[in-house]
Amino acid sequence: MDNEAENKPQEPLINKKISRRLLLGGAATTAIVAMQSSLGKWIQVAAQQPLLKVDDPTKRIGPGPTAVGKRSVFEHPVRIKSDTSSRTPLQDLYSSLTPSDLHYERHHAGVPVIDPDKYELMIHGMVGKPMVFKLADLKRFPSVTRTCFLECSGNFRSGKETMTPQEICGLTSQSEWTGVMLSTLFREVGVQPKATWFLAEGSDAAVMTRSVPVKKGFDDAMIVYAQNGEAIRPEQGYPARLLLPGWEGNTCVKWIRRIELADEPFMTREETSKYTYPVKDKIRQFSFEMDARSIITYPAYPNQMERGWVEIRGIAWTGRGKIVRVEVSTDAGKTWSVARLQEPVLDKAHTYFRHLWQWNGDETEIMSRAIDETNYTQPTLSQLVDARGADIGGYHMNPITAWQIKRDGKVLFKPESWK
Amino acid sequence: MARQLNNRSKYGAIALGLLLIVVLGAYSYNGGVGEPAPSITADTAQWPATFGFGKPATPQQIAAWDIDVRPDGLGLPVGAGTVAQGKIIYLAKCAACHGSAEKVVPGVKLPAPVLVSDSASKVKAIGNYWPYASTVFDYIRRSMPYNLPGSLTDNEVYGVTAYILNANKILKPDAVLNAQTLPRIVMPAQKLYINDDRRGGPEVR
Repeated sequence: MDNEAENKPQEPLINKKISRRLLLGGAATTAIVAMQSSLGKWIQVAAQQPLLKVDDPTKRIGPGPTAVGKRSVFEHPVRIKSDTSSRTPLQDLYSSLTPSDLHYERHHAGVPVIDPDKYELMIHGMVGKPMVFKLADLKRFPSVTRTCFLECSGNFRSGKETMTPQEICGLTSQSEWTGVMLSTLFREVGVQPKATWFLAEGSDAAVMTRSVPVKKGFDDAMIVYAQNGEAIRPEQGYPARLLLPGWEGNTCVKWIRRIELADEPFMTREETSKYTYPVKDKIRQFSFEMDARSIITYPAYPNQMERGWVEIRGIAWTGRGKIVRVEVSTDAGKTWSVARLQEPVLDKAHTYFRHLWQWNGDETEIMSRAIDETNYTQPTLSQLVDARGADIGGYHMNPITAWQIKRDGKVLFKPESWK
Repeated sequence: MARQLNNRSKYGAIALGLLLIVVLGAYSYNGGVGEPAPSITADTAQWPATFGFGKPATPQQIAAWDIDVRPDGLGLPVGAGTVAQGKIIYLAKCAACHGSAEKVVPGVKLPAPVLVSDSASKVKAIGNYWPYASTVFDYIRRSMPYNLPGSLTDNEVYGVTAYILNANKILKPDAVLNAQTLPRIVMPAQKLYINDDRRGGPEVR
């Protein structure tokens, strides 16, 4: 067997996680390096190591079926994490849906472990019948599935040229959610007509709370227990969370255990000292809807451009309905072209856009701007500063994001300062 | 939504049938137009008055979880605390992360947010940014200290709240906080708060 050579201990591996079984191949030496990763660091590490040798796959039977699938060993999309959040690798995705294990995270006291058999959702306050629903009860109600984005309202980073889409605005992700309409549960408990707000409370160690207008509860709010066809992930609120399509992620309380109907907001910590922002000499509160936004995810830092045809790609989204148009500029904002939108364009959802362009090798800037069905156009950073003042804070920032294309084909983020 | 409603009245008789299909999760055609029917809606007219799932919440169950406190004081428990009592708790259970509440040490990065407003640095803190005193009590009671959330007694929460408000120059040193006195506190930042005035449309706000 000429594959014996492949199994010598000193035979180089690209990655220690690659199983021995995969390497049971012939001596053909097709060298493959995974270059798709967004992480410059990872690419460098890989490049310094000897390359994986792969034989002719048509000459050897591969591994059989498995109980749980895995990504190709050549693909390494990863979230970038901090102590309290992790960011979706937007530049590694080819369409509008986010794989569940790459959905962004933002926790206020870690991810709780909740036994689904013990889980309960209590609805009380200004209702006819205060009720407690087990998870199994929630699943018995008429169910609904919808696809929408979730975005943290503190989703804008800037400051240096070497930033990826993930680093700039990776706190947005999209899933297909399944659960029960909150209006169905409201109907069941008999929400009193005078109730105008409800408190949503999580069962994490932060016992996270937000006040939400009852109108949103009747409009399109859901209690969801499934994400992308399977049980919701612990980091996304297992076994159930509130979903308020188009509204800032913090209001979509995870691990939800309690809903209390009332006639005024509760003024919780997260809706007063956090998730509010200075607007001129005032502080804006209850800023729920995420305004229209877009970003080109390819080409973007750290991609290397080559002259000729390039399909500019990206995502656009709005919390106020559907994206009706995305415009792309390849001349630093002087002229704009209408990008193609991937159908179906969904309500309050990431919308994938594409624009074909021929780069002639000149230095330029490329950028996109989203227009939603309210006729709102994604603003520039200076428009936002004009509207809100220089002490603008970090919430609800949705500026047009520009990429600089250098003559040598390097793509760099264009950070703008505003103070 | 509007278009869907129009279609419903237009094709009145077949609408019910179409909705049934929608409820079953399949796509259907609106009179041959070729648009997928919306999958979000369901015809609740066919629903029973109640599905009967779940159980009534008992007063005991509600009391065990209903810990929120509103600005008007609704939800505040019995008990009381003073600035002096709160200082002892703060030094033992809060200062390790939030630092001294009486002397801000410049240049020291703390593991948790500064709680005392410092006019020189303009850091957003309780004295200059928090609009309601009830929020301080509610937040400490439900989630602090970070390593042992929910471990303080109600008296201790009253005390720590009093101490922090005093450090922010909002409460006198001899003040006693309880369910009657706490809702009367007017926070300096309250007048700064406005409701969201973004409405979509062409204007950038």
